[in-house]
Amino acid sequence: MPRLKIEDLQKIKEQHKAEFTLREGGYRAKVTVHMGTCGIAAGARAVMTALMDEVAKVDTTDIIVTTSGCAGLCAKEPLATVELMNQPPVRYCDLNDEKIREIFREHVLGGHPVEKYALVVGSETTY
Amino acid sequence: MEKFRANLMLCAGTGCVASGTMKVKDALQEELKKKGLAEEIRIVLTGCNGYCAEGPVLSVYPGEIFYQKLTVEEIPKLVEEHFLKGRPYEKLMFREPEKKTAIPLMKDIPFFKHQVLRVLRNKGLIDPEKIEEYISRDGYQAAARALTAMTPEEIIKVVKDSGLRGRGGAGFPTGLKWEFASKVKSDVKYMLCNGDEGDPGAFMDRSVMEADPHSVIEGMIIGAKAIGAHYGYIYVRAEYPLAVKRLQLAIDQATEMGLLGKNILDTGFDFELGIYLGAGAFVCGEETALMRSIEGKRGMPRPRPPFPAVKGLWDKPSVLNNVETLAQISPILLNGSEWYRSLGTEKSAGTKVFALTGAVNNVGLVEVPMGIPLRRIIYDIGGGIRKGRKFKAVQLGGPSGGCIPEHLLDTPVTYEDIVATGAIVGSGGTRETAREATSRPSRTSQRTSSAPPSAVSARPHRTRY
Repeated sequence: MPRLKIEDLQKIKEQHKAEFTLREGGYRAKVTVHMGTCGIAAGARAVMTALMDEVAKVDTTDIIVTTSGCAGLCAKEPLATVELMNQPPVRYCDLNDEKIREIFREHVLGGHPVEKYALVVGSETTY
Repeated sequence: MEKFRANLMLCAGTGCVASGTMKVKDALQEELKKKGLAEEIRIVLTGCNGYCAEGPVLSVYPGEIFYQKLTVEEIPKLVEEHFLKGRPYEKLMFREPEKKTAIPLMKDIPFFKHQVLRVLRNKGLIDPEKIEEYISRDGYQAAARALTAMTPEEIIKVVKDSGLRGRGGAGFPTGLKWEFASKVKSDVKYMLCNGDEGDPGAFMDRSVMEADPHSVIEGMIIGAKAIGAHYGYIYVRAEYPLAVKRLQLAIDQATEMGLLGKNILDTGFDFELGIYLGAGAFVCGEETALMRSIEGKRGMPRPRPPFPAVKGLWDKPSVLNNVETLAQISPILLNGSEWYRSLGTEKSAGTKVFALTGAVNNVGLVEVPMGIPLRRIIYDIGGGIRKGRKFKAVQLGGPSGGCIPEHLLDTPVTYEDIVATGAIVGSGGTRETAREATSRPSRTSQRTSSAPPSAVSARPHRTRY
């Protein structure tokens, strides 16, 4: 390890920001890959791997990727939900490697939902 | 840098390690690998999380899902359910003793909800063996400010104005202590840390040294600049092997990165720091005995004055601060004395860490604003007395302290109010005791005296800053 100068403290903090966004909250975008039995059988694993690969490629610290169980529409798996801060969630269906990469670039990074792959906007009513 | 989608903060404090953290970690690692998740989910070993009673404990981020009492057998199911399928695994979640529903989120669990973290700000959030993680949480920013932009007088003023008092037990104002030593002229001075925690039931300092060793080191650098010291020791008992290991690692990493040693951060300030292992004599927590022990002599107290600020280690002006006191310094410098005073009372500002032990439900480590009633610590955070038994007394302050009975439980935890009961706040070790089972008459309940007894003092006070 090299000797630090004062400005290096800030640099180290920036380098580790992604990890601490996970731990402290304060993220801008959250992508949920639905990984119930149906999702996994339909190929959610490949979708997740592609997504993680895209996340690793870009220099961002405010996106989190998470998993959840079956979304209830097994026929249209793999499903994923993209939530940008202060915007309704968008659920995408029939995903594969290429589609999730496109969604990541257009919607997560660009802020524009990819309508051709979208299933629904908003979330179900829960009590 | 590779990116992870989740961080599993697994407690590797002494309590959880004793309950099997390392075996759980191996099982987790193996299972994540088996499921192809090793590249996306990171396991981080943290210092003491505080909830020792429920160990081994794990917090999952993002989401702050809290799991307790992990066993190797449950790991495959946990990994499959939560980390593969994203369904938090209810079986390992916290349940309130009286209620059956599982509580997944850390912030909803009473033990965590009622605490205010300043000293323990990094507990469970960083890997104490990686200096970068400490730096990522604003670590060494306060030291940088102290070394470049502040005079010793300015540092002392902030600490004095904050109202911070020695957390080792005596409650002497920290800023005043620094001021005394800074005014003495000497070519050599020493900045010392008292990690010789020895009160029964006390493990606050051990946990801080294990979970956040750099916070202690940073406090010492700032103190060294304030008093004009260039050498320091952390005196820590050899019975704390994990604390010693993590402190040494922290010192090595800080030295390598130029945060200790010569010309810190290119500011021209030198501070060399070493660890001195104590053999575990209780009296060596007293400052003059501690200094004699470092000198290689028998650890015996000597009369004061002269005070260590004038004649301390090797007869040189020295300041000895407790671990918890030092861990408070960098946030005070970064946020200011008013911020520090926003919690606590006029004369007892800020927060205090307590260790809960004995008959209390939630054995563990807690941090609370000073001034809150003892009852809240024992019932709201501590979860009351185990097995539905009745509270009898709480022992505060170790052998120098006393036992506080039920009718004094609404006493606010301040230095003055606790002394008025006959006990002392002390270093923060508490031992809760219960009455015998209610079906049998207990001897203590047959007391005939009409006047409520005050706390029973055990021994003359031992000073520990």
